[in-house]
Amino acid sequence: MIHRYQLGGYNIVLDVCSGSVHLVDRLAYDLIGMFEEYGREELLRELARRYAGQRAEDGERIREADIAECYDQVCALRDAGRLFSPDAYEPAAGQLKRKTAGVVKALCLHVAHTCNLNCAYCFASQGKYHGERAVMSFEVGRQALNFLVAHSGTRRNLEVDFFGGEPLMNWDVVKRLVAYARSIEGPAGKRFRVTLTTNGMLSDDDGIEFANREMSNVVLSLDGRREIHDRYRVDYAGRGSYDRVVPKFQRLVEARGGKNYYIRGTFTHANPDFLQDIRAMLDLGFTELSMEPVVCAPGDPAALTDDDIAVVKQQYEQLAGLMRQRRREGRPFTFYHYMIDLKGGPCIYKRISGCGSGTEYMAVTPWGDLYPCHQFVGEERYRLGSVTEGVTNPAAQAEFAACNVYAREECRNCWARLYCSGGCAANAYHATGSVRGVYRQGCELFKKRMECAIMLAASAGDDLPGGENVGESAGAGAPGGTHSGTQDGASGTQDGTPGGTLA
Amino acid sequence: MKHIRTIETRNLCDSKGCGECQTSCQSKTSIAQNSS
Repeated sequence: MIHRYQLGGYNIVLDVCSGSVHLVDRLAYDLIGMFEEYGREELLRELARRYAGQRAEDGERIREADIAECYDQVCALRDAGRLFSPDAYEPAAGQLKRKTAGVVKALCLHVAHTCNLNCAYCFASQGKYHGERAVMSFEVGRQALNFLVAHSGTRRNLEVDFFGGEPLMNWDVVKRLVAYARSIEGPAGKRFRVTLTTNGMLSDDDGIEFANREMSNVVLSLDGRREIHDRYRVDYAGRGSYDRVVPKFQRLVEARGGKNYYIRGTFTHANPDFLQDIRAMLDLGFTELSMEPVVCAPGDPAALTDDDIAVVKQQYEQLAGLMRQRRREGRPFTFYHYMIDLKGGPCIYKRISGCGSGTEYMAVTPWGDLYPCHQFVGEERYRLGSVTEGVTNPAAQAEFAACNVYAREECRNCWARLYCSGGCAANAYHATGSVRGVYRQGCELFKKRMECAIMLAASAGDDLPGGENVGESAGAGAPGGTHSGTQDGASGTQDGTPGGTLA
Repeated sequence: MKHIRTIETRNLCDSKGCGECQTSCQSKTSIAQNSS
C-alpha cells in the first residue's frame, strides 16, 4: 500500500509497510498513482498523451524517454522493497503481547482525586473521576510501586507518572514515593522514569527544585491565549487561572533549562483556530508544545463540530508551515504530534501492538484499584483488580490484550495504521462503546497530523537555518493545494483520482 | 533525470520486540517511541 499526498510544496509518497518516504516530481507522482492499474506500455502511452507538450519542473520538455526512465526508477524501488511493499506483519499481531503477558512496566498513579480548578471540559470530572474526592496514602503508593517491580519481569525501564486530579495537592506523598522508588530501583535492577502532570496552581520553588531533580518530564496545562485559557480553566470561585499559572510555568521551564517539559493545551469548539494559541505559547517563551482536541460527548458545548474539524485540519497544515519557517530562522519549536522519527521510532512489533493500556500500562486510584489507563478510571466494568490482589478481572484485561492494528477491520486498509497502532482504546470506548471501535473524528485528525509530521521530517534537510525555502520535490513544484490518495493493490481501495488535481 | 528523492528511513521490515520502549499515549509525558 502507498499513500500519496501534496503538502508544503512537496509531492510525497509513503510506502506504508516499509515506512519509506519519497519526495517525487509531478511525473513520478502521477506514474506511481497509476502504476498498479496499468501495464508498462499502456502506462507509458497514457502518460505520454497526458504530458504531451508539457514541461517538467526544470523547464525541459517531458519526453517519452523521461517517462520510461521514471518508470524504471519506480520499478527499482519496488524491487528494493521501498515501494508497494506487502503487509506481512499480520501473523505477528499479538506476538509481543503474548510474549510479555503478565508484565507491567508503567503505572499512572492517581495521587489526588481532587483538584483546585473546576474545568468544565475535564474528562476526569474535575479530578473526581465521577467518584469521591480522595488522595492516595503513602502506603497505597508504596504497594503500587512494589506491584510494579514484582510484575515487571525482565523489564529494566519502568515508568511512573504522577497524575490526578491535581498531584501537587498531595505533594508530600509524591516526594516520599519518589524517594521510595529511588531506594528500591538499584536492588531490584530497575530504573524508574518519573513524570508529572500539573495545572501549576500550587507550583512553588520547592516543587520546581524537586521536579527538576527527579522528573524526567513534566506536563504543564495551559490552553494558550488568556481568554481561551480562562474560559474553561477556572477555580471554584469562577476566576481564571492564567495569570496565576503562567509566571510559575515560566519559572519552572527556565529552571529546567527549557527542556523535558510540555506545555499542553486543549482546544474546543471555542478555539478550533488553535494555531493562535500555539503562537501565544511561543510568545510566552515556551517551545515544547502540545495542543489536543477535546474529547467529549457530541452534544457538549465544548465538542468540535464538523465545521470545526475542517478548520482544525487547515490549522495543522499552517502549524507545519510555521514550524518550517521558525526552523529556517533558527528558532525551532516542538509540537508533540509532529515528533516523528523516520530513521528510528518503534520496531514493527510495537507498532502493531498499540499503546499497552490494560496490559503493560495501568492506572492506580487513590484506593489502589487498577484500571487499564487513566481514561478508564471510574468505569467499573474495567476495574482490573488492585495493587494488593493483582489482576482479578482477566476477562476485562483480555479485551485489551486483543487490541492490535489488525483487530479493527477499518484499520487494515488505513495507510496510517503503523503510526497510530490502532488508536486510543479509551477514545474508541467513549465514542462507540467498545475498546475495539473506531473513533472516526480522532482518526481523521490523526491522519492529518501524520501527513504534516512526515512532511516536516522529510523536509528537514531543506530547512537549514538561514537557508531559502526549498520546498520542492526532486526539483518538482507541487500545487499549493492539497491532494491525497491511498492505494492498495490487494484491496483495490483508492481515495481520489490519480493526479486528479494535476496537469 | 532523477524523479524520486528517497528520504533515509528505518525499514520497518527489518526493525528480528523487546518491550523496553516507553509507554505511548496519543492523547502523558512520553507513538511514532535496542532500536538498531
